[in-house]
Amino acid sequence: MGEEILRMEKIDKSFPGVHALDHVDFDLKRGEVHALMGENGAGKSTLMKVLTGIYQKDSGKITYQGREVNYHSTREAQADGIVIVHQELNMVGDLTVAQNIFIGREFMHGPTIDDKKMIMESRKLFERLKIDIDPSARMKDLTVGKQQMCEIAKAISHECKVIVFDEPSAALTEKEIDDLFAIIRDLRKQDLGIIYISHRMDEIKVITDRVTVMRDGTYVGTLITKDCSKEDIIKMMVGRVIYEQPKEKSLVPDDAPVVLKVENLNAGRMVQDVSFELHKGEILGFSGLMGAGRTETARAIFGADPKQSGKIYINGTEVDIKSPQDAVKHGIGYLSEDRKRYGIVVQKTIIENSTLACLEEYMSGISINKSKEKKATEKVIDELNIKTPSSDQPVVNLSGGNQQKVVIAKWLVKNCDILIFDEPTRGIDVGAKNEIYKLMNSLAAQGKSIIMISSEMTEILRMSDRIVIMCEGRVTGEIKIEDATQEMIMNKATRNIK
Amino acid sequence: MKKSKVDLKKLGTQKYIVLIVLIALYIFFCIASKTFRKPTTLISLLDMSFYYVIMAIGVAFPIMTGGVDLSIGTGVICYALFGGTLVRNMGAPVWVGILVAIIFGVGIGLLNGILVAVMNLPPFLATLCTSMITRGLGSMCKATPWPTGQQDGAWFHNIFKITLADNTKIPVGFLIVVAAALIMGYVLNHTRVGRYTLAIGSNKEATMLSGVNVKFYHIMAYVICGLFAGMASIAYASAIPTVQPGTGAGMELDAIGGAIVGGVSTAGGIGTIGGTVFGAYVICLLKVGLPFIGLQAYWQQIITGIILIGAVMIDIVKKRRAQF
Repeated sequence: MGEEILRMEKIDKSFPGVHALDHVDFDLKRGEVHALMGENGAGKSTLMKVLTGIYQKDSGKITYQGREVNYHSTREAQADGIVIVHQELNMVGDLTVAQNIFIGREFMHGPTIDDKKMIMESRKLFERLKIDIDPSARMKDLTVGKQQMCEIAKAISHECKVIVFDEPSAALTEKEIDDLFAIIRDLRKQDLGIIYISHRMDEIKVITDRVTVMRDGTYVGTLITKDCSKEDIIKMMVGRVIYEQPKEKSLVPDDAPVVLKVENLNAGRMVQDVSFELHKGEILGFSGLMGAGRTETARAIFGADPKQSGKIYINGTEVDIKSPQDAVKHGIGYLSEDRKRYGIVVQKTIIENSTLACLEEYMSGISINKSKEKKATEKVIDELNIKTPSSDQPVVNLSGGNQQKVVIAKWLVKNCDILIFDEPTRGIDVGAKNEIYKLMNSLAAQGKSIIMISSEMTEILRMSDRIVIMCEGRVTGEIKIEDATQEMIMNKATRNIK
Repeated sequence: MKKSKVDLKKLGTQKYIVLIVLIALYIFFCIASKTFRKPTTLISLLDMSFYYVIMAIGVAFPIMTGGVDLSIGTGVICYALFGGTLVRNMGAPVWVGILVAIIFGVGIGLLNGILVAVMNLPPFLATLCTSMITRGLGSMCKATPWPTGQQDGAWFHNIFKITLADNTKIPVGFLIVVAAALIMGYVLNHTRVGRYTLAIGSNKEATMLSGVNVKFYHIMAYVICGLFAGMASIAYASAIPTVQPGTGAGMELDAIGGAIVGGVSTAGGIGTIGGTVFGAYVICLLKVGLPFIGLQAYWQQIITGIILIGAVMIDIVKKRRAQF
């Protein structure tokens, strides 16, 4: 480890309804891999977005190579040698790998783009990184893991001194993770500063030198990785919150009736021959890597995407679900992984969001019975403990966790029996996360059946009665919670990938 | 942090601001021009405002879904021509002409709705195409004067303007505008059509995933717009002595401008009918008033354009504050 290259002091950032960063400190040395850890919503990504100019800090100071900096765009940060590999992929699917890597800084041959040179340079880059990808392939034809590797290669191809990896391993197979670690070790040798965000405790122990832990938008502390145990880190991450006890065994009786049965469902490349059963009162975990086809399966069942073939039975009767409208009619509710895009109508009030799925029950003649609507909403606000000054607040003013509860409220007001929760705790703070866990358990105890899609292994093991594992669009395993281990799930989640 | 909070009720105040602007503008023109002060000017202002305001109320719905309807300008002319031709050249009673014009409007609205909501054409393009179609269809007719004076069916002028024996004119059309505004305000705020119109404009995907029949309600917004374009065509025929084929392009922009000035968000999801009506009157007032203070028609267009930029900027700033 060398001298300090980056220091962030007392960084403060607020969004409407959320104090995302509360005077956070962070520092990075040359030639070190520094892990940034914390639960979903702890503020890790926000801090990195402030560093790279995507967000502007409200106050605080960033010192980089001995001078104060304040970037207004990723471009500025990049030019200065700070690059970020995002959690979400930012690739143009119809362009080739090489075109994606050099987008915005294409090699020119007079007025024309020199594609040949870009392919050559990409090939050199991949050789140096020991990645096996064809630079002239179309980006959309690659697996999600390969796309992620391209994203990493693109970041590295910039002249940089600091690289931020924001959960790079979420979409990678073990083999690819090994490749990634080889690359990171190589970069460390070249004296770069590396910030590594991840949820996976095992990775942290293997690859990082120091760990900084954040919680609820605040700085908790920094440890030397080799001197601390997993438990130390977890304790810092979780803090005061006492989680729901992990499930030791399934709470569903063996003879619980099957409420939803899916048979040989096919919908595009991402859903192939998917079959499973969901029992009454069960929380069925869906595990797998990013891009395994879990969300696509949920959307196909819900009628949001067309399906090619397959049968769906609800309470033993075959149903034909062609649109979300049909699904809702059959008592299925879907809580999307992308809340802002698919879950809430942000500018509208909590009332309007809560009754969106069943407004027909709140009509008197042709007009909406607003007092009845309000009463139902206030009841569910109480039940779910949604923190809001009033029921006619626009949901944009609520924090992520409370917004998520509004989506749940919508399906409770509708009284759905089958709930699909797709990454229910993504992007919400720790306290709210636990409340959502409690809520799911109590819903299951009331006899509702829940499909929970989650990329967080701890969440899967903590909540599920049974676990279905998917890989590359196929179901590769089904495990009872009593038998499940992390290794077993990982193994099945990467089974299909060569 | 408190400052950046969005209060929807506050956003609603835009309509009162527009009302104040409207009144201030009227007072300004009254002070600036003696002739403007005459009651006859007010009567003729109201007379020519009816079709604009009715169009604006209608087009507010597609805009609130996040789209737009560009076909209403040439549409109004087209419907008026068809209705008028039926009455003047084919001897149909005037109520048949009115009915046909309105049904025609609803039909084109339905077509627009299907193109946008079912075929997924961008609203801008879909309605640009139907605006060409309606212009072409309208041009199949000859220039048409609707019945006037002592002719059979001249009574239809009384819908918007009653002329007494001593030639005093009473603009009863104003009552129709007020009634239409109240009814559509109710539709927007208290019925499913209105609730879903705003929900679609705010987040179409989430609305669809809530099990709402998004296609139907999306189409309905355009049907409402078409219905109002049909009604506007009657108001137009009543106010303008002869309906000329091939005209009407650009009228939609004044109506759309009115809605936007009145606080309807071009990105969808936000808007009021009250604001739309006030906004449409601001545009009409400029149209009528500016020549009185010596500014030619082109100035009216330039000034309207500038005001629209301002209104859209306000909308963008509001949106930006609402997001994070």
